[in-house]
Amino acid sequence: MSDPKETSITVEVVYRGIFQKTLAQRICRSIVLAARKRGHTGTAFARYGDSPERNGVPAKQFAVVAINDLELEASMAKYEPAVVDVSIAVDDTLVKGVESWAWYGRQPIWKPVKKDGFVLVTSDKSPDDVLAQTDTAERPYSLVVVPGGASFAGLWVFKDDHTDYRVLGALAKIAPDWVRLDDVMALIKEQTKDESAVQSARYGYDAAKMRQVKAGEGTSGHEKLQFTKPGWTTMRTGIVVDARKPGERNPQYKKYTARTLRPVVNFDTCIKCTMCWLDCPDECFEVTPEGHYEVVYQACIGCGICAQVCPVKDCIVMVDELRFEDNEDKWQFWKKDRDGYNKWFEAKSGVSADPKVRTPAARQEGSGNANPSANPTSASGGDD
Amino acid sequence: MAIQVKEREHQDVETEQLMSGCEAIAEAIRLADVDVMAAYPIRPYDGVMQAAAKLIANGKMDVEYIVADGEHSQFEIVKHACAVGSRVFVGSSGVGWFYAFEAIAVTAGLRLPVVAICGNRALDDPGAFGTEHNDSLAVRDLGWLLPWAETAQEAMDLALMAWRVGEDKRVSLPVAIGLDGAFLTHSQQIVMVPTQAAVNKFLPKFDLGDRLLHPDNPITIAPQVDQDWLMEIRMQNDQAMRKAHDVITEAHADFKKLFGRGGDSPFLDEYMTDDAEFVFFGQGTLALPMKVAIRRLRKEGHKVGLVRLKWFRPFPTQEIVKSLSRFKAVGVIDRDYSFGSPYYGGVLYNEVRSALYSLDKRPTIVGFIAGLGGREIEQPMATDIFEKTKTAAGSIKSGDMTHWIGVRS
Repeated sequence: MSDPKETSITVEVVYRGIFQKTLAQRICRSIVLAARKRGHTGTAFARYGDSPERNGVPAKQFAVVAINDLELEASMAKYEPAVVDVSIAVDDTLVKGVESWAWYGRQPIWKPVKKDGFVLVTSDKSPDDVLAQTDTAERPYSLVVVPGGASFAGLWVFKDDHTDYRVLGALAKIAPDWVRLDDVMALIKEQTKDESAVQSARYGYDAAKMRQVKAGEGTSGHEKLQFTKPGWTTMRTGIVVDARKPGERNPQYKKYTARTLRPVVNFDTCIKCTMCWLDCPDECFEVTPEGHYEVVYQACIGCGICAQVCPVKDCIVMVDELRFEDNEDKWQFWKKDRDGYNKWFEAKSGVSADPKVRTPAARQEGSGNANPSANPTSASGGDD
Repeated sequence: MAIQVKEREHQDVETEQLMSGCEAIAEAIRLADVDVMAAYPIRPYDGVMQAAAKLIANGKMDVEYIVADGEHSQFEIVKHACAVGSRVFVGSSGVGWFYAFEAIAVTAGLRLPVVAICGNRALDDPGAFGTEHNDSLAVRDLGWLLPWAETAQEAMDLALMAWRVGEDKRVSLPVAIGLDGAFLTHSQQIVMVPTQAAVNKFLPKFDLGDRLLHPDNPITIAPQVDQDWLMEIRMQNDQAMRKAHDVITEAHADFKKLFGRGGDSPFLDEYMTDDAEFVFFGQGTLALPMKVAIRRLRKEGHKVGLVRLKWFRPFPTQEIVKSLSRFKAVGVIDRDYSFGSPYYGGVLYNEVRSALYSLDKRPTIVGFIAGLGGREIEQPMATDIFEKTKTAAGSIKSGDMTHWIGVRS
């Protein structure tokens, strides 16, 4: 264990609003407390503008650790760090980009990460699969994958599936000058008195897979969404905002980066009952000329209500967002090539497009707990 | 007498009546063809409520008169009515004004030209009815225009000015006219009431333009924003307040042309200042006892005058600099308090001193707190204020203190 070469380290945790707030808070607090064990000082805080949080919308919390109080103050002079050493995404679909508010745009997950910094992602996928959905790198960084699916819980509850311990273990591997594995394990032991929790930290340390990412690697397929904010001379007077015209969607806020799962529709089994169209809280469904309802993926946040209210089994299936490259509407695809569409539907969802064929129980490997549609904040949801 | 000459000059545009400050405001509501007024009783503002209700009952005024369940609702009602294009009126006093505070703050933020009166009254506790200016002054930083009236005539004139200035698209800010409780709200004076035709020449129809909340003009107002937006929005309010200065000047000139009233300056009313060495400075009805004192003191050979402030917001900084820099000493009389402020002075005292800070040659400015809770400023008190002001002259530093006048020990 060497002394740090830098005077401070800044870590951000990018998470899904409400579902992962407590998780992000626990990680940030533990980073500071573990670093404290070797004499560093630090602070943990949330991005104030993210509160009140909204379900699934990307949000951020931070931990800053420094060798002394003066260095800590120097790195806190800007409340929201513009540059971080490590960005931790606790849901792998966040690598498709972060759009936290209107006019924020869609930010690549690595945007604040400094050259040769780290992007640490919890995922069941390989680093290559995660990188395939990450925006083209502008500078080199290391992509670290910590095994595990996204951990979702409700507003007042925390799902203790050891995600935080695994992440802390992995962080100890990439930033040992600041957070030592021994300190992390000792801290968890003190906090939990649970040896399995301590071992989860060690597992995170051992099982984390790292891949160097060179500038130019990643996908260029994601939408560019950047805005220049108006000034006082160009803004409308009196805190007035243009209303959207009927059928028009907000061009400054698309919200699809809130999506962990996306609804995929089997148009052959759809009975055109309107339930999805009626109940969608974001008015994402467009009526097709034939009376079907197709999802406008530019606007869908993946809440899963459509799949819940659909009376036809497996007509709307929620599928891991990381399996999709684009946000195109799919009805035209089905209209032109039904067989081709149905094959695509089956490949993506793991569900047969033919309702007479029984669907295997485990149709979505690796995303069993990543389902906000089983919304833990709703009355029917559990708190584990 | 000068005023009688003016009556003759303008008798085709006005008639003479005897009315209180509250009744004068009610007449202004009628003449401005207000669409919506919201009411909730608290003394002394409720005099306007009663006078307006009487005008409606007598068939002289057509206005949507909404009695609210409290001041907060009262101010919210007119804010919303204004957003859909209504010319509005509202008012309150003392702690009632404070109960509406949230609505008062958002009205300025939304740039909605609500016209209000604040019948100035001491804040509870203790429960009291007399005048103090702290209720109006509490909103001084929020973007409300704050004129203060001395007479019932000026109350009516300022009200007509208020709709014209507040609703001007360059300004689009709410206006709260300060009316001293009892001395002005409930004293009947001779008032020249303009004809409707004359007022129509002065006051155009209210037009919110593309900010009108209407199904044909779909807009969202007052969305939630984060740190990326507030400074630009505040900057817009700051610019509107700066422009208000010129819009007031224009409106004052037009008003004077039509009715012959309002004095030389829209912002300051100067009395016997031409050769003055010492002046009193204040706002509202305290001008009256001070003018009487000035006439008495001048008989004794003292060169003393009065500068009365007509608009506290926008604060007429350049006019005040130009005026007060002519004198040896200025006694600022605050009918308000600002506990713990610099030199424990009143609000006006510290604003005036701030305005004059960068002058090479500036008068001594002494602070006086007087007339709180509606206590009368009697002639011996006025003499006391004069003596203290005169004594402090010559040394800037001797103004670094505040005297409480007429307080029992």
